[in-house]
Amino acid sequence: MNVTKTLDATGLACPMPIVKTKKAIKDIETGEILEVHATDQGAKSDLSAWTKSSGHELLETDESSEVLKFWIKKGE
Amino acid sequence: MSLQPMKPSELARKAVNKEELFILDVRNEDAFEDWKVEGVNFEYMNVPYFDLIDGVEEIMDDLPKDKNILVVCAKEGSSVMVGEMLADEGLEVSYLEGGMKAWSEHLAPVKISDLANGGELYQFVRLGKGCLSYMVLSGEEAAVIDANRMTDIYTDFAKEKGVTINHTMDTHLHADHISGGRALAEESGGTYWLPPKDAEGVTFDYKPLEDGKTIRVGETDIDIQALYSPGHTIGSTSFVIDGQYLLTGDILFIASIGRPDLAGKAEDWVQDLRTTLYERYRELSDNLIVLPAHYTATDELNDDGSVQEKLSVLYKENHGLNIEDEAEFRKTVTENLPPQPNAYQEIRETNMGQVAPDSERKREMEIGPNRCAVR
Repeated sequence: MNVTKTLDATGLACPMPIVKTKKAIKDIETGEILEVHATDQGAKSDLSAWTKSSGHELLETDESSEVLKFWIKKGE
Repeated sequence: MSLQPMKPSELARKAVNKEELFILDVRNEDAFEDWKVEGVNFEYMNVPYFDLIDGVEEIMDDLPKDKNILVVCAKEGSSVMVGEMLADEGLEVSYLEGGMKAWSEHLAPVKISDLANGGELYQFVRLGKGCLSYMVLSGEEAAVIDANRMTDIYTDFAKEKGVTINHTMDTHLHADHISGGRALAEESGGTYWLPPKDAEGVTFDYKPLEDGKTIRVGETDIDIQALYSPGHTIGSTSFVIDGQYLLTGDILFIASIGRPDLAGKAEDWVQDLRTTLYERYRELSDNLIVLPAHYTATDELNDDGSVQEKLSVLYKENHGLNIEDEAEFRKTVTENLPPQPNAYQEIRETNMGQVAPDSERKREMEIGPNRCAVR
């Protein structure tokens, strides 16, 4: 996957992972990919709900290690 | 205006007293649909916090200016963020301390009655999940039935009352919450009792709760009599306390009956459930007061915050006890059931001692309502 930007939100509690993601995605162009790292378990359902409501696409989630990884494609 | 914290205990008091409260729940929509703080006179609005990061202007018109607003989220962080923005706009607003996780863990005792010879019976009401557990006190001893994971609540209460918890027992192997029975027995040097038919997979020692077994509490002899009453699980056991109270576990609730499918055996157990509800309980005294292990909706709470009703009243008013046709009964309890409780398999494995998740995972597993009933 061609990742344009990576955001480290590990160690941050809700709402910060989403607050930072929202900010970071402003820095990339439509169609580009943001990779997010987080340790807050709540980030799973919240990132999924947020991408749906904001028009971005959650391409993939990796929950295999303690650090959760998400790949988000920026929408229009 | 400044943002104020609200403790779960204060919110519980508002729910029990049927006070008015406007709840702004800032979790995502699925989480809100699935499970929320329940109160007869609570009003709700659900706007996910991620839609409010840039400001609250868009929802200001929809919020009441003359009512207390409580902002609720999963763990607290987001409700503080949104709450501060609302307070800056001049609203009277508080946030739920510890969020839904703390709400799920809050439980408090309600006195049900005095028993013979100075004994007492308390019901511990866990509003967030609708779980009910019990403590029988007599002399210097106590027994706890269907204890929740938060064992310090029972040990603190026992200390306050000057009693030692000698016995803990579960009416069945729970699938919706993690039992505190074993841990509580270990902490206080007591005995943990389980119905043997529900305990086939357990990895620890327990005393078998068999039909007709009598457990005495205190020198003054409060009898807790075990009554085999399968149907929610194959081992489900009820208790008759002091000849007056019937603890039904997850077999019979106030406005509903137990579901037979949480161990994956609905078809096998539906006949047991029928026999328990339509024969075994019918043979008992009408005057018994039913004390269940759960409730579903806040309208089942009495004015004092307890959940209890006479068996005779339930035989008149509870729909699940009034389905004469057996085929229709079978259909009711096996088809169109509500979703199963969150992580119910993992909870059962934990209660059998097969897995030992850390405390954070245990809290996660218990998120959501109990969902043990068929209405």
